[in-house]
Amino acid sequence: MSNVPPELQYTKTHEWVRTLADGTVEIGITDHAQQALGDLVFVEVPEGGRTVAVGEPSAVVESVKAASDVYSPIAGEVTLGNPALAAEPEAVNNDPYGKGWLMRLRPTKGAATAELMSAADYLKLLQTEAA
Amino acid sequence: MGRKTPLFELHQELGARIVDFGGWDMPVQYSSQIGEHHAVRRASGVFDVSHMCPVDLKGPRVREFLQHLLANDVAKLKRPGKALYSCMLNEAGGVLDDLIVYFMTESWFRLVVNAGTRDSDLVWIRAHSGNFNVEVIERTDLAILAIQGPEARAKTVSLLSASAADAAMALGPFFGREIDGWFVARTGYTGEDGFEVMIPEADAVRTWRELNAAGVASCGLGARDTLRLEAGMNLYGHDMDESTHPFESGLGWTVAMQPADRHFIGRAALENITPSRQLVGLLLEDRGVLRNHQRVVTPAGAGDITSGTFSPTLERSIALARVPAGAVQQVQVDIRGKLLNARVVKPPFVRFGKAMIETGVNA
Repeated sequence: MSNVPPELQYTKTHEWVRTLADGTVEIGITDHAQQALGDLVFVEVPEGGRTVAVGEPSAVVESVKAASDVYSPIAGEVTLGNPALAAEPEAVNNDPYGKGWLMRLRPTKGAATAELMSAADYLKLLQTEAA
Repeated sequence: MGRKTPLFELHQELGARIVDFGGWDMPVQYSSQIGEHHAVRRASGVFDVSHMCPVDLKGPRVREFLQHLLANDVAKLKRPGKALYSCMLNEAGGVLDDLIVYFMTESWFRLVVNAGTRDSDLVWIRAHSGNFNVEVIERTDLAILAIQGPEARAKTVSLLSASAADAAMALGPFFGREIDGWFVARTGYTGEDGFEVMIPEADAVRTWRELNAAGVASCGLGARDTLRLEAGMNLYGHDMDESTHPFESGLGWTVAMQPADRHFIGRAALENITPSRQLVGLLLEDRGVLRNHQRVVTPAGAGDITSGTFSPTLERSIALARVPAGAVQQVQVDIRGKLLNARVVKPPFVRFGKAMIETGVNA
């Protein structure tokens, strides 16, 4: 069963969102998503300064099998793409909620966000998808 | 719901992720695709390839029939047990399938054809066999296991009696023979040494478990694909199909145009073809992953990637691509709108665990 930390928020497309102390947010893909993708071999993260819209493909994670887009759940300006993933894409497999984070962004004030779920609701979604 | 091999339930028990492959429910990976890939390059792994189909051809004129049916020439098969790789072409020279043919006896040859084409192959073979009075027997009673890797042969024969083990170890490359009710062949699709064994369905699960117990890793079709691509081997339906001929598919070496009076199906078309395209190997010099259907830009015009992946052995991305004919050394590949640099290389990329191409570039 995949790991779903209770303190994070989630999207239907299997991203997670962590709100940091300075008001910026950190975004990654869930344990379920990394398991489904398999061994990651290449990760493309956005550059700092780029503005992203809700639902915009903002990062790409590639396993041996396939390339998948990662959609930004929140509109904002990218403050940092995780620089460590160029050399160590497998961090997304090994530590999806920690070292495997993909990008940080400063949300646009008042902008719409994708529908974010609690950990409990995301777990229910996973159970529905598995059924 | 797809077709299932006798090992389907065991794959599920072993935790495999199951995918559709040519209408069959097959294991794509058990734990880690890269881990399974390395197991085969460094030690040994076992693949279920029972979705492929052995077809026995019997009759006094079977060799003559195969000289008509296949683009390679079974006259090359002089010693019983010897295997030959060949394309089966249509009249236009398009590739209907690629297959292995084994010379069992002068009145019995065995083909092994691909899963996705087995039904159409059987129709084609039967339609052409009548004039030669050849009996065509689809062997649905056999499971096929491919045991591959530097330790594969030793691990496999550890399951056999001493005399059977000796017989199996004595097989030369690309030879097979029946040993105690198994057909054991020293063939494969990984670029490593090993065996492909055709065994009664009832033996399949027990044999797989015994191989696991001997230290042979369960491997899925995901690792099979990265291994064959590193080995520079074509995959039917990706690198060639009915719409392409062997000369633009890197398979000219498998077409026997001599002797000139052997009238195999597709020969007349091939004689009139000057290939305008070629299949080449690519090594991506920039960071990223080459994938099927990405556009390739060359000085002589555009082409397409037919098979692309990340090579776990080289830790670089590699591909086969169909590009305009002629000498070309550097190309660019369109990956999500960016043109990335790739170098043309001669496959295989990897053979017997060793890199066969120079990868020393600025990544």
